[in-house]
Amino acid sequence: MNITVTVNGAEHTADVEPRLLLVDFIRTNLGLTGTHIGCDTTSCGVCTVLVDGTPMKTCTMFAVQANGRSMVTVEGLKQNGELSAIQDAFREHHGLQCGFCTPAMMLVGTALIEENPDPTEDDIRWAISGNLCRCTGYVNIVKSIEAAAETTREGASS
Amino acid sequence: MTTTEHKPHTSPEIGGLGHSRKRVEDARFIEGRGNYVDDITLPGMLHMAIHRSPLAHARIISIDTSAAEAVDGVVAVVTGELLADYDLDWMPTLSGDTQAVLATDKVRFQGQEIAAVIATDKYVAQDAARLVEVEYEDLEPIVNPQRALEEDAPVIRDDKEDQTSNLCFEWESGDKAATDAAFAKADKVVSLETHYPRSHPAPLETCGLIADVDSATGQTTLYMTSQAPHAHRTLFALVAGLPEQNIRIISPDLGGGFGNKVPIYPGYVVATAASLVIGKPVKWVESRSENLISTGFARDYHMKGELAVTNDGKILGLRVDMLADEGAFFADAQPSKLRAGLFHIVTGSYDYPAAYVTTRGAYTNKAPGGVAYRCSFRVTEASYLIERLVQNAAYELGMDPAEFRSNNFIQADQFPYHSPTGFVYDSGDYETAMRKAMDMVGYADIQAEKEEARKEGRLVGIGMASFTEVVGAGHGEDYDIIGLKMFDSAELRVHPTGKAILKLGVKSQGQGHETTFAQIVAEELGIPAGDVKVVEGDTDNTPYGLGTYASRSTPVAGAATAIIARTLREKAKKIAAHLLEASEEDLEWETGKFFVAGDPESSVSIQDIAFAAYTNPPPDLEPGLEGVHYYDPPEMTYPFGTYIVVVDVDPESGQWKVRRMVAVDDCGVKINPMIVEGQIQGGLTEGFAISSMQQMSFDEAGNCTSSTFMDYLVPTAWETPRFELGETVTPSPHHPIGAKGVGESATVGSPAAYVNAVVDALQHMGVQNIEMPMTADRVWDAMQENSGG
Repeated sequence: MNITVTVNGAEHTADVEPRLLLVDFIRTNLGLTGTHIGCDTTSCGVCTVLVDGTPMKTCTMFAVQANGRSMVTVEGLKQNGELSAIQDAFREHHGLQCGFCTPAMMLVGTALIEENPDPTEDDIRWAISGNLCRCTGYVNIVKSIEAAAETTREGASS
Repeated sequence: MTTTEHKPHTSPEIGGLGHSRKRVEDARFIEGRGNYVDDITLPGMLHMAIHRSPLAHARIISIDTSAAEAVDGVVAVVTGELLADYDLDWMPTLSGDTQAVLATDKVRFQGQEIAAVIATDKYVAQDAARLVEVEYEDLEPIVNPQRALEEDAPVIRDDKEDQTSNLCFEWESGDKAATDAAFAKADKVVSLETHYPRSHPAPLETCGLIADVDSATGQTTLYMTSQAPHAHRTLFALVAGLPEQNIRIISPDLGGGFGNKVPIYPGYVVATAASLVIGKPVKWVESRSENLISTGFARDYHMKGELAVTNDGKILGLRVDMLADEGAFFADAQPSKLRAGLFHIVTGSYDYPAAYVTTRGAYTNKAPGGVAYRCSFRVTEASYLIERLVQNAAYELGMDPAEFRSNNFIQADQFPYHSPTGFVYDSGDYETAMRKAMDMVGYADIQAEKEEARKEGRLVGIGMASFTEVVGAGHGEDYDIIGLKMFDSAELRVHPTGKAILKLGVKSQGQGHETTFAQIVAEELGIPAGDVKVVEGDTDNTPYGLGTYASRSTPVAGAATAIIARTLREKAKKIAAHLLEASEEDLEWETGKFFVAGDPESSVSIQDIAFAAYTNPPPDLEPGLEGVHYYDPPEMTYPFGTYIVVVDVDPESGQWKVRRMVAVDDCGVKINPMIVEGQIQGGLTEGFAISSMQQMSFDEAGNCTSSTFMDYLVPTAWETPRFELGETVTPSPHHPIGAKGVGESATVGSPAAYVNAVVDALQHMGVQNIEMPMTADRVWDAMQENSGG
């Protein structure tokens, strides 16, 4: 089947098997390996990307379901050579260790801040509760998202 | 050894010990530019998928691969029969047993590897793997070690000629006679039978390998999820008969390891053999279910502990008898001379003269493993048992558990302390750590609240664990992995411009070695940490080392790094003397430079010295500023701490919630406090997981009922408690920088604290024990059984 998707602002057209998972399309066909695979039951969330702004787990979505839609992967967070607020915050607050869950955590955080610029700790914990991390105990992931929200608010008000 | 404050000696620009330096490795991870095994694609690469046994125990009658072979895109189907031609159908385990690579005679656990399909596409390989047809004759599945050791149980390992039962090993430690004598003098004997459940490290990245064998040259490059690339290279050389110089193992970024990436798995061997025969690169990456059902499990110890105590609250001795569920192949990743790892650290933080530990291991129809999941070998089980026993002993004697601990702690002036099972604890101040944690949590207030709460129908519990860990194996005389002594190494090359590269035999899985090991060099040589590149995980380009597990990177490779840096500093001094036209004896060192004593203006920087090492060395000195050091530790290190948990238990449902979790850790001198805190927070979460929800479970047929993240429950941010961290700093006297290691303390120490807290909430009902994971129904049952309900 032919599909056309926009990923990180660039349009891609491809002929794919109907059963091809979106995560494999992103990783293999587009070569964007920052989106990871950690399970096959939509449990761990490391395959999350933003589809039309909403976090979606791409291990249980077919590539053909993304036809006509616009996606952002971790590779799309940096804009004009500048790290985004959430990327800066994860580094500043030690929000990652092995880095495997990190791209998805940052994307979920980005979508949360977009929707709720001033999230509470509980808001953040609830938003990332579909994403597992085995290294950090989530403490610094939460801090990083809080800090990114603050930076984003300051940027918006200045 | 007194507890000291440790302040950085270097400026933030130099970034030596004690600075919370931001992580170097983050730059690539936050842009999605990490490079994990599955991210690597090689030209012409094929994909492998494995056909696994649906049954736990069955004889194989026949294997038919014809339907799989007929699938368009399938290049080959490999069976054990084919591997036998290369003598690769069985392989050695890390505990000196054997393990089937691809089963030929019997399947011995659900998920066991039977055949592998190599195809041009990942999906095709998986399609075809399902088409392999195996005819079985059912055998009785043995799903617990008690049944395994009954006389009429079928022998699982009938492949081994001298194996007539399912007994896997017997092991003892300590002094039986002295322990019996201690028990004879006891006023009371407190006992506890408990099961430390089977768990799985489940790093978010599963295990995988790309084998790339060049048929023209024999060069074998393996991109592998390996915590121990050098040891794995040697194993590949020994098992596959490949020339070791032609094997290059590259362990790229690892998405967590936690012990899961220490063993060699059948998939690695088959993919390598397939690449060798086919002449193309072959990639194999596990699915999550494959990871959970077939790769290294942890724990699964059935333990009975007895503590001999006096009425005035002194421990006289400890007796432990255990039954270990080892699965179908004895594959514990542990030092060769030990059968139950370092479990004999079970005497804990307490001073008493006698202990005796007996262990039997049994084969069962479950996956092999026995890996040290975020702990030093079997130390978690040991710490759990003693800390649970100590609380029950305090209850039995009518004492406060904290006071009972205090009454029995090894005192700060007793170090180095020789334990009754033969360990030499390096340093500690247990009382100070415990009092600090008690102050932080407000211990007396919570104890008082408990009484009040009960009157109001609420259940509040407070539990603690004052653990002592043993990490950083070897020394080599007593500790080896399949004969390889447990040293580790560091190679430091200071380049002419004063920048350096540090190469290590260990391998980070997220611990931040690229950041922290540069800080050790910065501390010792005054070269800014930002000028030191750290390289690991490539056997062609790093010195030999045993790898990262059992918290051994900082204790062993960290020491090697400090020592090689000091060795280079000695050489730098000779060059400085030459440059300053002074005698070496007149020179003094201050971070980053040598100067003439009494004349601080006459100085030369480490950068100028490095340049001179290549451009203007003294005539009688070998040029260059490079070196390698292999460090064989004199003893292990003993991190410790006290964790205190406060819980609220719902009397209506058995659900419990962590209200407070206070963790005071002492890991000796800290290289990077930010990273230390991160390690502790992660470990406390794993401890919470094991105590509350995470368990590998099996039904009576041997089906693994926790084969996905839908039923192997890993806590999310929502359930995970908040943590409050504190510290004391007691340097290790024998470690060059006084560090002890910290990656595993929290996983080792915390499960007992969580369980002690929930038991404490129900203790007035007569509840003595609740098994992990403490699901609400188990807590509910404990309340009902003990309240006559």
